[in-house]
Amino acid sequence: MGRVEGKVAFITGAARGQGRSHALRLAQEGADIIAVDLADHIPNIDYPSSTPEDLAETVRQVEALDRRIIATKVDVRDRAALKAAVDDGVAQLGKLDIVVANAGICVIADWKGTSEDVWNQTIGTNLTGIWNTLQTTAQHLIDNGGGSIIMTSSAAGIKGLPFLSAYVAAKHGVVGLMRAYATELAEYNVRVNTIHPTGVNTPMGTLGGGAFGPLLEAHPKLGGMLANLLPIEITEPVDQSNAVLFLASDESRYVTSLELTVDAGNTQF
Amino acid sequence: MGRVEGKVAFITGAARGQGRSHALRLAQEGADIIAIDIAEPVAGMDRYYHGATAEDLAETVRQIEALDRRIVAKKADVRDFGALKAALDEGVAELGHVDIVSANAGVFAFGEQSQDVSDAEWDMVNDINAKGVWHTAKAVIPHLIAQGTGGSIILTSSTAGLKGTPNVMPYTASKHAVVGIMRTLALELAPHSIRVNTVHPTGVGTDMILNEATFKLFLPDVEHPTKEQAAPIFASTNALPVPWVEPVDISNAVLFLASDEARYITGTELKIDAGYTIK
Repeated sequence: MGRVEGKVAFITGAARGQGRSHALRLAQEGADIIAVDLADHIPNIDYPSSTPEDLAETVRQVEALDRRIIATKVDVRDRAALKAAVDDGVAQLGKLDIVVANAGICVIADWKGTSEDVWNQTIGTNLTGIWNTLQTTAQHLIDNGGGSIIMTSSAAGIKGLPFLSAYVAAKHGVVGLMRAYATELAEYNVRVNTIHPTGVNTPMGTLGGGAFGPLLEAHPKLGGMLANLLPIEITEPVDQSNAVLFLASDESRYVTSLELTVDAGNTQF
Repeated sequence: MGRVEGKVAFITGAARGQGRSHALRLAQEGADIIAIDIAEPVAGMDRYYHGATAEDLAETVRQIEALDRRIVAKKADVRDFGALKAALDEGVAELGHVDIVSANAGVFAFGEQSQDVSDAEWDMVNDINAKGVWHTAKAVIPHLIAQGTGGSIILTSSTAGLKGTPNVMPYTASKHAVVGIMRTLALELAPHSIRVNTVHPTGVGTDMILNEATFKLFLPDVEHPTKEQAAPIFASTNALPVPWVEPVDISNAVLFLASDEARYITGTELKIDAGYTIK
Protein backbone atom coordinates (compact mmCIF):
# COMPACT_ATOMS: atom_id res chain seq x y z
CA MET A 1 0.00 0.00 0.00
CA GLY A 2 1.46 3.33 -1.09
CA ARG A 3 1.94 6.17 1.35
CA VAL A 4 -0.57 8.37 -0.54
CA GLU A 5 -2.62 5.55 -2.07
CA GLY A 6 -5.85 6.71 -3.66
CA LYS A 7 -5.17 10.42 -3.22
CA VAL A 8 -5.22 13.03 -6.00
CA ALA A 9 -2.47 15.66 -6.18
CA PHE A 10 -2.48 18.95 -8.09
CA ILE A 11 1.04 20.12 -8.99
CA THR A 12 2.10 23.37 -10.67
CA GLY A 13 5.32 23.60 -12.67
CA ALA A 14 5.15 19.86 -13.30
CA ALA A 15 6.80 19.68 -16.73
CA ARG A 16 10.26 18.96 -15.34
CA GLY A 17 12.60 19.55 -12.39
CA GLN A 18 11.15 19.45 -8.91
CA GLY A 19 7.54 19.50 -10.16
CA ARG A 20 7.99 16.39 -12.29
CA SER A 21 9.87 14.70 -9.46
CA HIS A 22 7.00 15.46 -7.05
CA ALA A 23 4.52 14.01 -9.55
CA LEU A 24 6.56 10.83 -9.92
CA ARG A 25 7.26 10.37 -6.20
CA LEU A 26 3.60 10.84 -5.31
CA ALA A 27 2.49 8.57 -8.17
CA GLN A 28 4.98 5.89 -7.03
CA GLU A 29 3.18 5.96 -3.69
CA GLY A 30 -0.27 5.63 -5.22
CA ALA A 31 -1.52 9.12 -6.12
CA ASP A 32 -3.14 10.30 -9.33
CA ILE A 33 -1.93 13.63 -10.67
CA ILE A 34 -3.36 16.87 -12.03
CA ALA A 35 -0.39 18.67 -13.59
CA VAL A 36 0.00 22.17 -15.01
CA ASP A 37 2.98 23.99 -16.46
CA LEU A 38 3.54 27.11 -18.52
CA ALA A 39 5.55 24.98 -20.95
CA ASP A 40 6.43 28.03 -22.96
CA HIS A 41 9.09 30.68 -23.37
CA ILE A 42 9.92 32.77 -20.26
CA PRO A 43 11.74 36.06 -20.85
CA ASN A 44 14.72 37.28 -18.79
CA ILE A 45 15.76 33.91 -17.29
CA ASP A 46 19.24 32.56 -18.03
CA TYR A 47 18.23 28.89 -18.23
CA PRO A 48 16.03 27.14 -20.82
CA SER A 49 12.25 27.34 -20.42
CA SER A 50 10.22 24.15 -20.08
CA THR A 51 8.45 22.89 -23.19
CA PRO A 52 5.27 21.02 -24.14
CA GLU A 53 7.57 18.02 -24.77
CA ASP A 54 8.75 18.20 -21.14
CA LEU A 55 5.14 18.15 -19.92
CA ALA A 56 4.36 15.24 -22.24
CA GLU A 57 7.34 13.38 -20.77
CA THR A 58 5.94 13.86 -17.25
CA VAL A 59 2.64 12.39 -18.50
CA ARG A 60 4.49 9.44 -20.00
CA GLN A 61 6.45 8.73 -16.81
CA VAL A 62 3.40 8.95 -14.52
CA GLU A 63 1.39 6.69 -16.86
CA ALA A 64 4.28 4.22 -16.88
CA LEU A 65 3.63 3.87 -13.14
CA ASP A 66 0.01 2.94 -13.95
CA ARG A 67 -1.34 6.09 -12.38
CA ARG A 68 -3.69 8.56 -14.02
CA ILE A 69 -2.61 12.09 -14.95
CA ILE A 70 -4.42 15.09 -16.43
CA ALA A 71 -1.90 17.62 -17.75
CA THR A 72 -2.67 21.11 -19.00
CA LYS A 73 -0.57 23.97 -20.32
CA VAL A 74 -1.31 26.87 -17.94
CA ASP A 75 0.40 30.02 -16.67
CA VAL A 76 -0.14 30.26 -12.88
CA ARG A 77 -0.52 34.02 -13.35
CA ASP A 78 -3.72 33.40 -15.33
CA ARG A 79 -6.33 32.76 -12.62
CA ALA A 80 -9.14 31.80 -15.03
CA ALA A 81 -7.05 29.30 -16.96
CA LEU A 82 -5.69 27.83 -13.72
CA LYS A 83 -9.19 27.45 -12.30
CA ALA A 84 -10.38 25.73 -15.46
CA ALA A 85 -7.48 23.25 -15.28
CA VAL A 86 -8.07 22.51 -11.58
CA ASP A 87 -11.83 22.12 -11.98
CA ASP A 88 -11.41 19.90 -15.04
CA GLY A 89 -8.83 17.72 -13.28
CA VAL A 90 -11.01 17.34 -10.19
CA ALA A 91 -14.03 16.51 -12.38
CA GLN A 92 -12.06 13.80 -14.15
CA LEU A 93 -10.24 12.31 -11.14
CA GLY A 94 -13.10 12.75 -8.69
CA LYS A 95 -11.58 14.85 -5.89
CA LEU A 96 -8.53 16.68 -4.63
CA ASP A 97 -6.38 15.79 -1.58
CA ILE A 98 -2.94 17.31 -2.15
CA VAL A 99 -1.80 20.63 -3.65
CA VAL A 100 1.84 21.27 -4.47
CA ALA A 101 2.35 24.94 -5.41
CA ASN A 102 5.74 24.51 -6.99
CA ALA A 103 5.90 26.67 -10.13
CA GLY A 104 8.56 29.33 -9.90
CA ILE A 105 11.27 31.24 -11.72
CA CYS A 106 14.59 32.71 -10.67
CA VAL A 107 16.32 35.76 -12.13
CA ILE A 108 19.74 36.76 -10.82
CA ALA A 109 20.56 40.46 -10.69
CA ASP A 110 21.90 42.93 -8.19
CA TRP A 111 19.49 45.48 -6.74
CA LYS A 112 20.38 48.08 -9.31
CA GLY A 113 20.03 45.66 -12.17
CA THR A 114 16.60 44.38 -11.12
CA SER A 115 14.14 45.84 -13.63
CA GLU A 116 10.47 46.48 -13.03
CA ASP A 117 9.83 43.74 -15.56
CA VAL A 118 11.81 41.20 -13.56
CA TRP A 119 10.14 42.30 -10.32
CA ASN A 120 6.62 41.95 -11.77
CA GLN A 121 7.41 38.68 -13.46
CA THR A 122 8.97 37.15 -10.31
CA ILE A 123 6.28 38.34 -7.90
CA GLY A 124 3.62 37.39 -10.48
CA THR A 125 4.78 33.81 -10.82
CA ASN A 126 6.37 32.99 -7.46
CA LEU A 127 3.92 34.78 -5.17
CA THR A 128 0.70 35.72 -6.99
CA GLY A 129 0.89 32.39 -8.83
CA ILE A 130 0.87 30.58 -5.50
CA TRP A 131 -2.00 32.73 -4.27
CA ASN A 132 -3.91 31.86 -7.46
CA THR A 133 -3.18 28.19 -6.78
CA LEU A 134 -4.58 28.49 -3.25
CA GLN A 135 -7.65 30.40 -4.37
CA THR A 136 -8.52 27.84 -7.04
CA THR A 137 -7.88 24.70 -4.95
CA ALA A 138 -8.75 25.38 -1.29
CA GLN A 139 -12.51 24.92 -1.73
CA HIS A 140 -11.94 21.55 -3.40
CA LEU A 141 -9.92 20.42 -0.35
CA ILE A 142 -12.62 21.67 2.02
CA ASP A 143 -15.27 19.84 -0.03
CA ASN A 144 -13.09 16.74 0.29
CA GLY A 145 -13.16 16.94 4.09
CA GLY A 146 -9.50 17.90 4.43
CA GLY A 147 -6.22 17.92 2.59
CA SER A 148 -2.61 19.02 2.46
CA ILE A 149 -1.21 22.10 0.73
CA ILE A 150 2.55 22.26 0.23
CA MET A 151 4.08 25.46 -1.11
CA THR A 152 7.60 25.66 -2.42
CA SER A 153 9.40 28.51 -0.74
CA SER A 154 13.21 28.48 -0.51
CA ALA A 155 16.12 29.00 1.84
CA ALA A 156 15.60 32.50 0.42
CA GLY A 157 12.19 32.49 2.12
CA ILE A 158 13.88 32.35 5.52
CA LYS A 159 17.00 34.44 5.09
CA GLY A 160 18.19 37.05 2.64
CA LEU A 161 20.37 35.96 -0.27
CA PRO A 162 22.29 38.41 -2.43
CA PHE A 163 21.39 39.28 -6.03
CA LEU A 164 17.91 37.76 -5.83
CA SER A 165 15.88 40.59 -4.28
CA ALA A 166 12.62 39.92 -6.16
CA TYR A 167 12.99 36.19 -5.59
CA VAL A 168 13.75 36.64 -1.89
CA ALA A 169 10.74 38.96 -1.49
CA ALA A 170 8.42 36.52 -3.28
CA LYS A 171 9.68 33.50 -1.31
CA HIS A 172 9.26 35.32 2.01
CA GLY A 173 5.77 36.24 0.82
CA VAL A 174 5.01 32.56 0.34
CA VAL A 175 5.70 31.99 4.05
CA GLY A 176 3.21 34.74 4.86
CA LEU A 177 0.59 33.10 2.65
CA MET A 178 1.27 29.74 4.28
CA ARG A 179 0.89 31.11 7.79
CA ALA A 180 -2.33 32.97 6.92
CA TYR A 181 -4.00 30.06 5.12
CA ALA A 182 -2.90 27.60 7.84
CA THR A 183 -4.93 29.57 10.39
CA GLU A 184 -8.06 29.83 8.26
CA LEU A 185 -8.09 26.31 6.85
CA ALA A 186 -7.23 24.37 10.03
CA GLU A 187 -10.87 24.05 11.07
CA TYR A 188 -11.51 22.19 7.79
CA ASN A 189 -8.65 19.75 8.41
CA VAL A 190 -6.68 21.36 5.60
CA ARG A 191 -2.98 21.55 6.48
CA VAL A 192 -0.72 24.18 4.93
CA ASN A 193 3.09 23.95 5.00
CA THR A 194 6.14 25.18 3.11
CA ILE A 195 9.32 23.49 1.99
CA HIS A 196 12.55 25.46 1.81
CA PRO A 197 15.06 23.96 -0.63
CA THR A 198 18.66 24.97 -1.04
CA GLY A 199 20.04 24.54 -4.58
CA VAL A 200 18.46 21.65 -6.50
CA ASN A 201 19.87 19.73 -9.43
CA THR A 202 17.37 20.94 -12.07
CA PRO A 203 17.64 23.13 -15.19
CA MET A 204 16.85 26.21 -13.03
CA GLY A 205 19.32 25.11 -10.37
CA THR A 206 22.22 24.21 -12.63
CA LEU A 207 21.93 25.74 -16.11
CA GLY A 208 21.28 29.20 -14.72
CA GLY A 209 23.37 30.96 -12.13
CA GLY A 210 26.07 32.22 -14.48
CA ALA A 211 25.26 35.77 -13.48
CA PHE A 212 26.36 35.00 -9.92
CA GLY A 213 30.02 34.72 -11.03
CA PRO A 214 30.90 38.37 -11.69
CA LEU A 215 28.60 39.62 -8.90
CA LEU A 216 30.27 37.40 -6.30
CA GLU A 217 33.70 38.31 -7.62
CA ALA A 218 32.82 41.95 -7.03
CA HIS A 219 31.34 41.18 -3.58
CA PRO A 220 33.30 38.16 -2.28
CA LYS A 221 32.10 38.55 1.30
CA LEU A 222 28.60 37.46 0.25
CA GLY A 223 29.61 34.17 -1.35
CA GLY A 224 29.38 32.22 1.89
CA MET A 225 25.67 32.96 2.13
CA LEU A 226 25.00 30.55 -0.72
CA ALA A 227 27.01 27.70 0.81
CA ASN A 228 25.53 24.54 2.32
CA LEU A 229 26.41 23.46 5.84
CA LEU A 230 26.40 19.74 4.99
CA PRO A 231 29.30 18.76 2.74
CA ILE A 232 27.31 18.68 -0.52
CA GLU A 233 27.08 21.04 -3.48
CA ILE A 234 23.45 20.50 -4.39
CA THR A 235 20.40 18.43 -3.46
CA GLU A 236 18.51 16.19 -5.87
CA PRO A 237 14.86 16.78 -6.82
CA VAL A 238 13.90 13.55 -5.02
CA ASP A 239 15.13 15.00 -1.72
CA GLN A 240 12.56 17.77 -2.06
CA SER A 241 9.95 15.25 -3.22
CA ASN A 242 10.48 13.06 -0.15
CA ALA A 243 9.68 16.06 2.03
CA VAL A 244 6.60 16.82 -0.10
CA LEU A 245 5.54 13.17 0.20
CA PHE A 246 5.86 13.26 4.00
CA LEU A 247 3.77 16.43 4.19
CA ALA A 248 1.24 15.09 1.67
CA SER A 249 0.74 11.78 3.47
CA ASP A 250 -1.34 11.02 6.56
CA GLU A 251 1.97 10.43 8.39
CA SER A 252 1.93 14.20 8.93
CA ARG A 253 -1.82 14.46 9.60
CA TYR A 254 -1.26 16.89 12.49
CA VAL A 255 1.54 18.96 10.93
CA THR A 256 0.49 22.43 9.81
CA SER A 257 2.12 25.86 9.45
CA LEU A 258 5.55 24.23 9.31
CA GLU A 259 8.53 25.63 7.45
CA LEU A 260 10.33 22.43 6.51
CA THR A 261 13.89 23.21 5.48
CA VAL A 262 15.44 20.79 3.00
CA ASP A 263 18.44 23.00 2.69
CA ALA A 264 21.52 21.05 3.79
CA GLY A 265 21.73 23.55 6.63
CA ASN A 266 22.02 26.61 4.37
CA THR A 267 19.81 28.71 6.66
CA GLN A 268 21.78 27.73 9.77
CA PHE A 269 24.63 30.09 9.00
CA MET B 1 12.63 -2.93 2.14
CA GLY B 2 12.09 -0.88 5.28
CA ARG B 3 12.70 2.85 5.30
CA VAL B 4 15.49 2.50 7.90
CA GLU B 5 16.49 -1.08 7.03
CA GLY B 6 19.73 -2.19 8.67
CA LYS B 7 20.15 0.91 10.80
CA VAL B 8 20.51 0.91 14.59
CA ALA B 9 18.60 3.47 16.67
CA PHE B 10 19.45 4.61 20.20
CA ILE B 11 16.31 5.78 22.03
CA THR B 12 16.06 7.27 25.52
CA GLY B 13 12.86 7.05 27.54
CA ALA B 14 11.88 3.96 25.58
CA ALA B 15 9.88 2.08 28.23
CA ARG B 16 6.52 3.49 27.14
CA GLY B 17 4.78 6.47 25.54
CA GLN B 18 6.50 8.23 22.66
CA GLY B 19 9.81 6.42 23.24
CA ARG B 20 8.27 2.98 22.87
CA SER B 21 6.30 4.16 19.86
CA HIS B 22 9.50 5.46 18.20
CA ALA B 23 11.21 2.12 18.87
CA LEU B 24 8.33 0.19 17.33
CA ARG B 25 7.92 2.44 14.30
CA LEU B 26 11.65 2.33 13.53
CA ALA B 27 11.75 -1.44 14.09
CA GLN B 28 8.75 -1.90 11.77
CA GLU B 29 10.87 -0.18 9.11
CA GLY B 30 13.88 -2.41 9.70
CA ALA B 31 15.95 -0.85 12.49
CA ASP B 32 17.46 -2.58 15.52
CA ILE B 33 17.11 -0.73 18.80
CA ILE B 34 19.23 0.30 21.77
CA ALA B 35 16.72 1.36 24.43
CA ILE B 36 17.22 2.97 27.79
CA ASP B 37 14.80 4.20 30.40
CA ILE B 38 15.05 5.14 34.05
CA ALA B 39 12.21 2.63 34.57
CA GLU B 40 11.65 3.63 38.15
CA PRO B 41 9.98 6.52 39.99
CA VAL B 42 11.62 9.94 39.52
CA ALA B 43 12.00 11.83 42.79
CA GLY B 44 9.74 14.88 42.69
CA MET B 45 7.46 13.60 39.93
CA ASP B 46 4.98 11.50 41.90
CA ARG B 47 2.72 14.50 42.51
CA TYR B 48 2.20 14.74 38.73
CA TYR B 49 2.09 11.26 37.22
CA HIS B 50 3.65 7.84 37.75
CA GLY B 51 6.97 7.02 36.14
CA ALA B 52 7.70 4.15 33.79
CA THR B 53 8.50 0.76 35.30
CA ALA B 54 10.88 -2.11 34.60
CA GLU B 55 7.81 -4.02 33.34
CA ASP B 56 7.12 -1.25 30.82
CA LEU B 57 10.67 -1.54 29.48
CA ALA B 58 10.32 -5.32 29.29
CA GLU B 59 7.11 -4.82 27.28
CA THR B 60 8.97 -2.62 24.78
CA VAL B 61 11.53 -5.42 24.42
CA ARG B 62 8.76 -7.98 23.88
CA GLN B 63 7.08 -5.87 21.20
CA ILE B 64 10.31 -5.21 19.31
CA GLU B 65 11.28 -8.88 19.38
CA ALA B 66 7.79 -9.73 18.09
CA LEU B 67 8.77 -7.70 15.00
CA ASP B 68 11.86 -9.92 14.59
CA ARG B 69 14.23 -7.06 15.30
CA ARG B 70 17.00 -7.04 17.87
CA ILE B 71 16.90 -4.82 20.94
CA VAL B 72 19.35 -4.11 23.74
CA ALA B 73 17.46 -2.52 26.64
CA LYS B 74 19.06 -1.14 29.79
CA LYS B 75 17.84 0.68 32.84
CA ALA B 76 19.67 4.01 32.86
CA ASP B 77 18.98 7.55 34.00
CA VAL B 78 19.89 10.22 31.41
CA ARG B 79 21.18 12.37 34.28
CA ASP B 80 23.87 9.76 34.98
CA PHE B 81 26.34 10.14 32.10
CA GLY B 82 28.39 7.12 33.18
CA ALA B 83 25.41 4.79 33.19
CA LEU B 84 24.06 6.25 29.92
CA LYS B 85 27.39 5.83 28.15
CA ALA B 86 27.87 2.28 29.48
CA ALA B 87 24.41 1.27 28.25
CA LEU B 88 24.99 2.80 24.83
CA ASP B 89 28.49 1.33 24.46
CA GLU B 90 27.17 -2.10 25.33
CA GLY B 91 24.39 -1.75 22.78
CA VAL B 92 26.78 -0.64 20.06
CA ALA B 93 29.13 -3.52 20.88
CA GLU B 94 26.25 -5.97 20.53
CA LEU B 95 24.50 -4.50 17.49
CA GLY B 96 27.63 -3.30 15.68
CA HIS B 97 26.91 0.38 15.11
CA VAL B 98 24.52 3.25 15.82
CA ASP B 99 22.99 5.47 13.13
CA ILE B 100 19.91 7.11 14.61
CA VAL B 101 19.51 8.84 17.97
CA SER B 102 16.19 9.79 19.52
CA ALA B 103 16.78 11.87 22.66
CA ASN B 104 13.25 11.49 23.90
CA ALA B 105 13.40 11.02 27.69
CA GLY B 106 11.67 13.84 29.50
CA VAL B 107 9.39 14.85 32.33
CA PHE B 108 6.54 17.34 32.45
CA ALA B 109 6.14 19.30 35.69
CA PHE B 110 3.71 22.17 35.86
CA GLY B 111 1.18 24.20 37.74
CA GLU B 112 3.08 26.89 39.57
CA GLN B 113 3.83 30.47 38.69
CA SER B 114 7.51 30.97 38.08
CA GLN B 115 8.21 32.76 41.38
CA ASP B 116 6.88 29.75 43.28
CA VAL B 117 8.94 27.06 41.55
CA SER B 118 11.43 25.39 43.87
CA ASP B 119 15.10 24.98 43.03
CA ALA B 120 14.64 21.23 43.37
CA GLU B 121 11.95 21.20 40.71
CA TRP B 122 13.94 23.43 38.33
CA ASP B 123 16.95 21.15 38.72
CA MET B 124 14.97 17.95 38.29
CA VAL B 125 13.24 19.13 35.10
CA ASN B 126 16.27 20.74 33.51
CA ASP B 127 18.62 17.92 34.50
CA ILE B 128 16.40 15.40 32.73
CA ASN B 129 15.05 17.42 29.78
CA ALA B 130 18.07 19.52 28.86
CA LYS B 131 21.19 18.06 30.49
CA GLY B 132 19.90 14.55 29.70
CA VAL B 133 19.69 15.48 26.01
CA TRP B 134 23.23 16.85 26.12
CA HIS B 135 24.43 13.67 27.84
CA THR B 136 22.76 11.59 25.14
CA ALA B 137 24.50 13.56 22.41
CA LYS B 138 27.82 13.54 24.25
CA ALA B 139 27.72 9.75 24.58
CA VAL B 140 26.76 9.03 20.98
CA ILE B 141 28.69 11.62 18.96
CA PRO B 142 32.07 9.84 19.29
CA HIS B 143 30.47 6.66 17.88
CA LEU B 144 28.91 8.52 14.94
CA ILE B 145 32.13 10.37 14.08
CA ALA B 146 34.27 7.24 14.40
CA GLN B 147 31.93 5.26 12.13
CA GLY B 148 32.27 7.90 9.42
CA THR B 149 28.89 7.07 7.93
CA GLY B 150 26.95 10.12 9.04
CA GLY B 151 23.89 9.82 11.21
CA SER B 152 20.66 11.43 12.30
CA ILE B 153 20.09 12.87 15.78
CA ILE B 154 16.51 13.78 16.65
CA LEU B 155 15.91 15.73 19.86
CA THR B 156 12.44 15.86 21.37
CA SER B 157 11.57 19.45 22.17
CA SER B 158 7.94 20.62 22.41
CA THR B 159 5.58 23.39 21.43
CA ALA B 160 6.94 24.75 24.73
CA GLY B 161 10.32 24.89 22.98
CA LEU B 162 8.92 27.46 20.54
CA LYS B 163 6.63 29.63 22.64
CA GLY B 164 5.91 30.43 26.26
CA THR B 165 3.58 28.37 28.40
CA PRO B 166 2.21 30.00 31.56
CA ASN B 167 2.79 28.10 34.81
CA VAL B 168 5.13 25.63 33.07
CA MET B 169 8.39 27.54 33.33
CA PRO B 170 11.11 24.95 34.06
CA TYR B 171 9.73 22.68 31.32
CA THR B 172 9.44 25.57 28.85
CA ALA B 173 13.01 26.66 29.62
CA SER B 174 14.29 23.11 29.24
CA LYS B 175 12.56 22.60 25.89
CA HIS B 176 13.92 25.91 24.55
CA ALA B 177 17.36 24.73 25.66
CA VAL B 178 16.91 21.64 23.49
CA VAL B 179 16.59 23.92 20.45
CA GLY B 180 19.85 25.63 21.39
CA ILE B 181 21.57 22.26 21.72
CA MET B 182 20.21 21.22 18.31
CA ARG B 183 21.34 24.38 16.53
CA THR B 184 24.85 24.12 17.94
CA LEU B 185 25.21 20.42 17.22
CA ALA B 186 23.89 20.92 13.66
CA LEU B 187 26.75 23.35 13.02
CA GLU B 188 29.43 21.24 14.70
CA LEU B 189 28.44 17.90 13.18
CA ALA B 190 27.56 18.88 9.59
CA PRO B 191 31.13 18.28 8.34
CA HIS B 192 30.63 14.64 9.41
CA SER B 193 27.28 14.42 7.57
CA ILE B 194 25.58 14.01 10.92
CA ARG B 195 22.20 15.72 10.87
CA VAL B 196 20.56 17.18 13.96
CA ASN B 197 16.91 18.20 14.16
CA THR B 198 14.17 18.71 16.75
CA VAL B 199 10.57 17.53 16.88
CA HIS B 200 7.98 19.73 18.59
CA PRO B 201 4.86 17.84 19.64
CA THR B 202 1.67 19.40 20.95
CA GLY B 203 0.00 17.31 23.64
CA VAL B 204 0.46 13.60 22.92
CA GLY B 205 -2.02 11.03 24.22
CA THR B 206 0.31 9.32 26.72
CA ASP B 207 0.43 8.98 30.51
CA MET B 208 2.38 12.26 30.62
CA ILE B 209 -0.73 14.33 29.83
CA LEU B 210 -3.63 11.91 30.21
CA ASN B 211 -3.66 12.12 33.99
CA GLU B 212 -5.80 13.86 36.56
CA ALA B 213 -3.09 16.32 37.57
CA THR B 214 -2.80 17.62 33.99
CA PHE B 215 -6.58 17.71 33.58
CA LYS B 216 -6.74 19.87 36.71
CA LEU B 217 -4.33 22.34 35.09
CA PHE B 218 -7.12 23.00 32.58
CA LEU B 219 -10.07 22.41 34.94
CA PRO B 220 -8.93 23.75 38.31
CA ASP B 221 -12.48 23.90 39.69
CA VAL B 222 -13.41 20.30 38.96
CA GLU B 223 -12.55 17.88 41.78
CA HIS B 224 -11.78 14.81 39.66
CA PRO B 225 -11.72 15.94 36.02
CA THR B 226 -11.94 13.17 33.40
CA LYS B 227 -10.37 12.70 29.99
CA GLU B 228 -13.77 13.38 28.41
CA GLN B 229 -14.13 16.67 30.28
CA ALA B 230 -10.58 17.71 29.42
CA ALA B 231 -10.71 16.83 25.71
CA PRO B 232 -12.60 19.94 24.48
CA ILE B 233 -10.23 22.18 26.42
CA PHE B 234 -7.18 20.44 24.98
CA ALA B 235 -8.81 20.80 21.54
CA SER B 236 -9.21 24.55 22.05
CA THR B 237 -5.40 24.88 22.22
CA ASN B 238 -4.90 23.35 18.76
CA ALA B 239 -5.85 24.90 15.41
CA LEU B 240 -6.71 21.55 13.86
CA PRO B 241 -9.88 20.04 15.35
CA VAL B 242 -8.18 17.45 17.58
CA PRO B 243 -7.54 17.38 21.38
CA TRP B 244 -4.13 15.71 21.26
CA VAL B 245 -2.08 13.72 18.78
CA GLU B 246 -1.07 10.08 19.05
CA PRO B 247 2.46 8.79 19.76
CA VAL B 248 2.65 7.37 16.22
CA ASP B 249 2.26 10.87 14.77
CA ILE B 250 5.49 11.89 16.46
CA SER B 251 7.10 8.58 15.49
CA ASN B 252 6.28 9.15 11.81
CA ALA B 253 8.14 12.46 11.97
CA VAL B 254 11.05 10.80 13.77
CA LEU B 255 11.08 8.05 11.14
CA PHE B 256 11.17 10.61 8.31
CA LEU B 257 14.07 12.50 9.92
CA ALA B 258 15.87 9.24 10.74
CA SER B 259 15.62 7.88 7.19
CA ASP B 260 17.73 8.75 4.18
CA GLU B 261 14.66 10.48 2.76
CA ALA B 262 15.74 13.40 4.95
CA ARG B 263 19.45 13.08 4.11
CA TYR B 264 19.85 16.83 3.53
CA ILE B 265 17.64 18.07 6.37
CA THR B 266 19.55 19.49 9.32
CA GLY B 267 18.86 22.29 11.79
CA THR B 268 15.10 22.08 11.29
CA GLU B 269 12.42 22.42 13.94
CA LEU B 270 9.74 19.97 12.89
CA LYS B 271 6.43 20.80 14.57
CA ILE B 272 3.81 18.09 14.98
CA ASP B 273 1.55 20.41 16.86
CA ALA B 274 -1.88 20.44 15.18
CA GLY B 275 -1.35 24.18 14.79
CA TYR B 276 -0.83 24.81 18.54
CA THR B 277 1.91 27.36 17.89
CA ILE B 278 -0.11 29.42 15.38
CA LYS B 279 -2.89 30.11 17.87
